[in-house]
Amino acid sequence: MTLYEAQKGNSYRIEGLSVEPDITRRLQALGLNDGTVVNVLNRKKHGALIIQVRGTRLALGKHISSHISVKGMKIF
Amino acid sequence: MRNSSKTNGSKAGNSKVSDSKTNESKAGNNMASKSKTNGSKAGMDPKDRKHINIACVGNPNCGKTTLFNALTGSKLKVANWPGVTVERFEGHTSYEDTDITIVDTPGIYSLTCYTIEEKVTRQCVMDDDIDVIVNVVDASSLERNLYLTLQLLELGKPIVLALNMMDIIKERGMEIDMHRLPEMLGNIPVVPVSAARRTGLDILLHAVIHHYEEGMEEYMLDYPEEIEGKIRKLTAMMQTDYPSHSSARWHAIKLLEEDEEVRQEHPLETGSVADRNYEKEIIQCKYAYIEKIMEEVLFHKSKKAAATDRIDRLLTHSVLGIPVFLLIMCLVFFLTFTVGDALKGVFEAGLAVFSEGVAGALAGLGVTAWLQSLIVDGIIAGVGGILTFIPNIFILFLALAVLEDSGYMARVAYVMDSCMGRVGLSGKAFLPMILGFGCTVPAIMATRALETEHDRRRTMLVTPFMSCSARLPVYVLLSEMFFPKCPALVAFSMYVVGMGIAIVAALVCNRLEHGKANGSLLIELPEYKRPNARTIRIYVWNKLKDYLSKAGTTIFVASIVIWFLLNFGTGGLVENPGDSFGAMIGHLLVPLLKPAGLGMWQIGVALLSGISAKEVVVSSFAVLFGVSNANSAAGMATIVANIQVQNPGFGPLNAYCLMLFVLLYVPCVATVATVKKESHSWAFTGKMLAFQLALAWAVSTLVFQVGRLCIPLL
Repeated sequence: MTLYEAQKGNSYRIEGLSVEPDITRRLQALGLNDGTVVNVLNRKKHGALIIQVRGTRLALGKHISSHISVKGMKIF
Repeated sequence: MRNSSKTNGSKAGNSKVSDSKTNESKAGNNMASKSKTNGSKAGMDPKDRKHINIACVGNPNCGKTTLFNALTGSKLKVANWPGVTVERFEGHTSYEDTDITIVDTPGIYSLTCYTIEEKVTRQCVMDDDIDVIVNVVDASSLERNLYLTLQLLELGKPIVLALNMMDIIKERGMEIDMHRLPEMLGNIPVVPVSAARRTGLDILLHAVIHHYEEGMEEYMLDYPEEIEGKIRKLTAMMQTDYPSHSSARWHAIKLLEEDEEVRQEHPLETGSVADRNYEKEIIQCKYAYIEKIMEEVLFHKSKKAAATDRIDRLLTHSVLGIPVFLLIMCLVFFLTFTVGDALKGVFEAGLAVFSEGVAGALAGLGVTAWLQSLIVDGIIAGVGGILTFIPNIFILFLALAVLEDSGYMARVAYVMDSCMGRVGLSGKAFLPMILGFGCTVPAIMATRALETEHDRRRTMLVTPFMSCSARLPVYVLLSEMFFPKCPALVAFSMYVVGMGIAIVAALVCNRLEHGKANGSLLIELPEYKRPNARTIRIYVWNKLKDYLSKAGTTIFVASIVIWFLLNFGTGGLVENPGDSFGAMIGHLLVPLLKPAGLGMWQIGVALLSGISAKEVVVSSFAVLFGVSNANSAAGMATIVANIQVQNPGFGPLNAYCLMLFVLLYVPCVATVATVKKESHSWAFTGKMLAFQLALAWAVSTLVFQVGRLCIPLL
């Protein structure tokens, strides 16, 4: 699945980035690498979402989030 | 460009050194007073003084500029959203027997060169003049901040880590192991500071100077053997081909990452070694190391829901987000008009007394009539009229400062993203647009934070439609003259119309280019914080100073020019302004402006002169209609009476069209110059001006013609 389909309040593990190279580099520099865990704090129905990653909050547009493949994590 | 900002910076810096000392001793800082006495003692013997250059480098929004301001006593703008500083600035300070030049740089996440900010900062850091890098780190997001730190360490330059925002760490019940952290970073000095409360600054400067003298300890983050081997080979190649380079290892790593700039500047035969792009592995190694650091250094990670999350529940709500934003903007403008107007009386009374006093004094001295007229009707009316709007401007900037410093701005980008996305822009493009409510010039500069040149130009095109503070006096004056029942509502409608037209214009551009919806928003949302009084004071004072200096320069000159144009004609000094040069020029514009309900030569002159600065429209009304204070009840009554003598049909509809025209037509000269500078294109600037002029004419004509048909029906 992609991060765009993620549910508010759940955690996901990143499996790969497939956006344009420029944006990929930025995301990697911000710490979104393969295996990084992100937490979805808030989202709009068909739009941007807010994630928490490595202790900071990021807002991501639909184009970016739909090109980040993730795997849901078990909620404890 | 770099040179000019350099001079600006040092100009600002010079006046500052003394400033910072008084402030520090006021704070009762013992170290500061010690360093002050030492500094001045050493100052007597300039031969002994040393000089070093340091650069503040760090992530966006980590407090670099606050630290820079605290160290140098400068007053650069600070706000709580990423991308506030877009150029390098210099300032000066001293510690013991060393003079220190400090460079403030735009915030970056990585030492690559894909954005303008990264290019500016990288160039600055790589500069051989920089002796020590002060890496400002936001302790509350240590994990992300350390990524840049690891890259900076690879440069091999002396680095001091300034650990900012430790108070947030404490609030969250976290602790950082201050012994283990430097150990894991190659024993660089790590100094906890609070840029906002100005603590730890002297220890930081002490560390900077000593670390510089002692030099850099060898530090290596070990990559897997495959990559290390390649780095070793490339480092050797760099050292043979470029023996003068100090940071061969960093260049080697950048070659493996296929960094365009480094590759172009160092055309080495790397074919067999750098056989592919190793950037991903290199980044992952760094983050893997950071995770190890975090495990050993950060304690008591509590999962307490921060206040930020609670506030965000409302402010970034998926349905309520936009209404809340509009409500906040409503409140800002409501305060601007009502509180501003309440304070205005004082300024008016003062101006009236001053104007009468000067007129009396000039008459008493027997000054010739035309000179009296120039001073009283030209300069005092033109400049003074503008000064009475200071309370409105003050409240507006105060409100914007609070919004910017609280951390809400980045949320606006998120909230407006779907709306902006549909017109082909990212939500981030909305931030320059909000800044445009203050002044268009910094707003155009702020478009640098946008990712692509295409987005930048589109945003530059629509940003002037956001009503800047210079247009505020025009709205206040015209709406109070012609809409006495609901002036605030009419003036506020200009802001809404401006925003609407900006969004529609962007949409039309997007459709013309067959662009798609844009969903590439990427912005960090900082923690909310209580606005800092000092930051707000600096912000508002800088803006008021700009406004005042504009009144003293551009508007002063424009007022004199307008006075001459209106009092001189082909036959020299004229009695009736209708025979003046100004009237001749204005008459040329009448046929063009007539369809928009603005067919008066005086309006032609006012609009033409308003290109120098939009407030000048008000100044020229004052001069044109012979009023000493346009912004007073009596002054307004005179203007309305005079307008109606000239053109009996001029009513509220005409006034509204005039406001629309002022909102939309070509921006002031300063904005045009900034757009040219930022877009590097006269063609783009020219097209933008033609578009805005055509739009202003079309919209005001449409409103006037439709309004003329509809009003009799009401």
